Amino acid sequence: MTEVSARERETAAEGAVVSIGSHLKNHLRDYGMLLALVVIMAFFQVVTDGTLMRPVNLTNLILQNSYIVIMALGMLLVIVAGHIDLSVGSVVGFVGAVAAVMLVQYELPTPVVIPACLILGILIGAAQGYWIAYWRIPSFIVTLAGMLVFRGLTLWVLQGQSVGPFPRGFQLLSTGFIPDAFGIGRPNATAILLGAATAAILVYMAMRDRRRHMKYGIEDEPFSFFLAKNGLIAAAIVFLSYMLATYRGLPNVLITMAVLTAAYTFLTNSTTVGRRIYALGGNEKAAKLSGIPTERLTFLTFANMGMLAALAGLIFAARLNTATPKAGVAFELDVIAAVFIGGASMSGGVGKIVGAVVGAFIMGVMNNGMSILGIGIDYQQVIKGLVLLAAVIFDVYNKNKST
Amino acid sequence: MKNIHMQAILEMQGITKSFPGVKALDDVNLTVARGEIHALVGENGAGKSTLMKVLSGVYPHGSYDGDIVFEGKPVAFSGISDSERDGIIIIHQELALVPLLSIAENIFLGNEIAKGGVVDWPETNARTEKLLKTVGLKEKPVARVDTLGVGKQQLVEIAKALSKKVKLLILDEPTAALQENDSQKLLDLLLELKAEGISSVLISHKLNEVSRVADSITVLRDGKTVSTLDCHSEKISEERIIRDMVGRDMAHRYPERTPEIGETLLDVAEWNVWHPLQTERQVIRGASFRVAAGEVVGIAGLMGSGRTELAMSLFGKSYGRNISGTVKLRGKEIDVSTVGRAVANGLAYVTEDRKALGLVLEEDVMRNTTLANLARVSRNGVIDNAEERQVAERYRTALGVRTPSVFQKVMNLSGGNQQKVVLSKWLFTEPDVLILDEPTRGIDVGAKFEIYTIINELAGQGKGVVMISSEMPELLGMCDRIYVMNEGALVGELKGSEANQEKIMSMIVRS
Repeated sequence: MTEVSARERETAAEGAVVSIGSHLKNHLRDYGMLLALVVIMAFFQVVTDGTLMRPVNLTNLILQNSYIVIMALGMLLVIVAGHIDLSVGSVVGFVGAVAAVMLVQYELPTPVVIPACLILGILIGAAQGYWIAYWRIPSFIVTLAGMLVFRGLTLWVLQGQSVGPFPRGFQLLSTGFIPDAFGIGRPNATAILLGAATAAILVYMAMRDRRRHMKYGIEDEPFSFFLAKNGLIAAAIVFLSYMLATYRGLPNVLITMAVLTAAYTFLTNSTTVGRRIYALGGNEKAAKLSGIPTERLTFLTFANMGMLAALAGLIFAARLNTATPKAGVAFELDVIAAVFIGGASMSGGVGKIVGAVVGAFIMGVMNNGMSILGIGIDYQQVIKGLVLLAAVIFDVYNKNKST
Repeated sequence: MKNIHMQAILEMQGITKSFPGVKALDDVNLTVARGEIHALVGENGAGKSTLMKVLSGVYPHGSYDGDIVFEGKPVAFSGISDSERDGIIIIHQELALVPLLSIAENIFLGNEIAKGGVVDWPETNARTEKLLKTVGLKEKPVARVDTLGVGKQQLVEIAKALSKKVKLLILDEPTAALQENDSQKLLDLLLELKAEGISSVLISHKLNEVSRVADSITVLRDGKTVSTLDCHSEKISEERIIRDMVGRDMAHRYPERTPEIGETLLDVAEWNVWHPLQTERQVIRGASFRVAAGEVVGIAGLMGSGRTELAMSLFGKSYGRNISGTVKLRGKEIDVSTVGRAVANGLAYVTEDRKALGLVLEEDVMRNTTLANLARVSRNGVIDNAEERQVAERYRTALGVRTPSVFQKVMNLSGGNQQKVVLSKWLFTEPDVLILDEPTRGIDVGAKFEIYTIINELAGQGKGVVMISSEMPELLGMCDRIYVMNEGALVGELKGSEANQEKIMSMIVRS
């Protein structure tokens, strides 16, 4: 008896040891990119002599990438649904231009301009989504047309000129910071508290999920691994908020970005709409024969993308404090690259919000780090291109190995 | 007669071809005499197409056992191009024409009349014109193929074969998609070609056509040669052929069920459907049928007879256009104009093509199970994970889906288990009537029995089940009533107890 139970314990222990390794292997695709981000950050931290992680640079990094991250959220849905949107860069420019004209030439108040521009974005997305969803015109073509049309309209609206500067209230959209509620000064206590609270909430939710999964006996993550993972994530968030606190605190866009990321993670993971978008991208015919209104979902996905592109356009204009005809040029490529680096599949049905955000930051950190090093734009492009290719090859390689 | 056999153009001897787990062909012999029309008949899955694939080199030499002797020489084809070079040309049921190219371009595709890569169009068109005259097609060589009807396209295929100096022409169900007069024209053409010394193998289900043109008939059943009949030495009756085609013992067993048939559930009347692209072609002609509670109703018919089209057009107009007719459930007319409405009104359709139309292969068992009824596991659009999982577990247990967990991607499951997942999905919508399209296609015998058991349980719960199948023994073993479908019409109805394969087959071939 004792012998048997001893052996059982041994195999159980062995199983646990093996499972950390095999767990990592099984989830290489999930953690691979996060790991890559950490490695890339560490690399640039070293080669830039610590400039990368300075509070002022971290703040910059967030401001610079906010609009890419926000658009990546919408692009992930578009790509998961099996489509692509090439027009987002032009929409950024166009919405920024319209906002500038409304604010500067017509002197409309900011609280009117922002919702009006978001609605404009929804209409733009809906106009493109209509042809894609109900006329079955390939999204590549419709949005390629949109890319040209809205770039042209940007030039027309701005008459080829830059329009600015904007009222202070509008600029806060991008350059504002959460004020220090306690008046201690630096480090900003609000920022640290918010960071700590976020970390605590995330850990609490992870534990709740794990408990519930354990109840059903479906948890395959070793506990030590769970602890290490969540500990690291919480530490990273607290550390980041502390760093930001020693500069000017949490930027408004960081809050916008975090809230949107949370909302879209919820949408994709937990709602029927999210589930149906994955099914639509995975097998449109099967989804349709299951009674899912595939056309309407496609349409809404593009309308949503239009809204997020408009928001990105507002933030970008606010950040530059001027709307230029060149605003948003080639943004679509960064956004699409971010989503694919984050593990989405070109054929649809596969991809995660977290992946897209991580992908956006990989691109962002590389841009930032290489700029600090003074690497020319020529090499930067080459390196970014190769990283995109490597990320997708890594994905495909993993997939082939697993099947 | 002796003379004919002396001059065999083709002899296939002892052909055996195995796939993992199945012997598709078992010691098959086929001898085609020079200048004859040889008919090859048999049920779906009897091995006709496999045999022709062996002959044409789709299955290369070495992947099968046995010998092929063509024009007195043993041959070893390693691909279609080899067999075509020797003059063996096969015309498949699904035509292999490029719709957007002209007749001339299609005929000489891959075989262009060209010098140094530059096509000689005048010569191409002139030769095409001659070929079209031979096959009796009055069209210009530059006419685009998609402007032609199916019958004319078939003639283009034959012209293409003639351009390659064909010696043995193989036609796989050439008249399946043709109207009566087009079929007659095609058969006349075969007789003309025969007069010019071209031999052909005609694969057909239509025994009246076979008796009209064939010089001899080979019957295949379950991958074996059953008989070779000479049409000139004796009068071959259709009964004789049918008996040879279907005369096997019931190989499978079916679970017992005592039918308790209740009120009429589904009542479809005068259902008409036109082809989605070829607007002049009517795919379903005035089909009327009904299903009662607790009843399993079969729809028998050959491939291409319109069974799937009937089912899919009923299910949210997922197939066809200009659909007309009425659908009643428990005597009340219901709206089936979209899949959502059809499901809400109590219909469910389990597709014949589970991979392409039934499952999201990249997703897991749970997500596939709840896909058609997410509303039941969600509140205000937010999915209740715990409830969803319980539902998935419940159906997994009830249907005996063998999977390590409900989080397994369905692409990793076997065919039988995938089919159970599709069934789970539709059972979770709690339908009144289930239409099962080829529910046991491509799954092994054990899993088949399990699916039959599930079907019987559903009927026992008072649901109406419509079962479409190409396997007649399955219909005979399972159904309380069987409708026979041919060319888009329901041509007969038999009680399960009175039905047998001969009756069904003769309804098909004589309609």
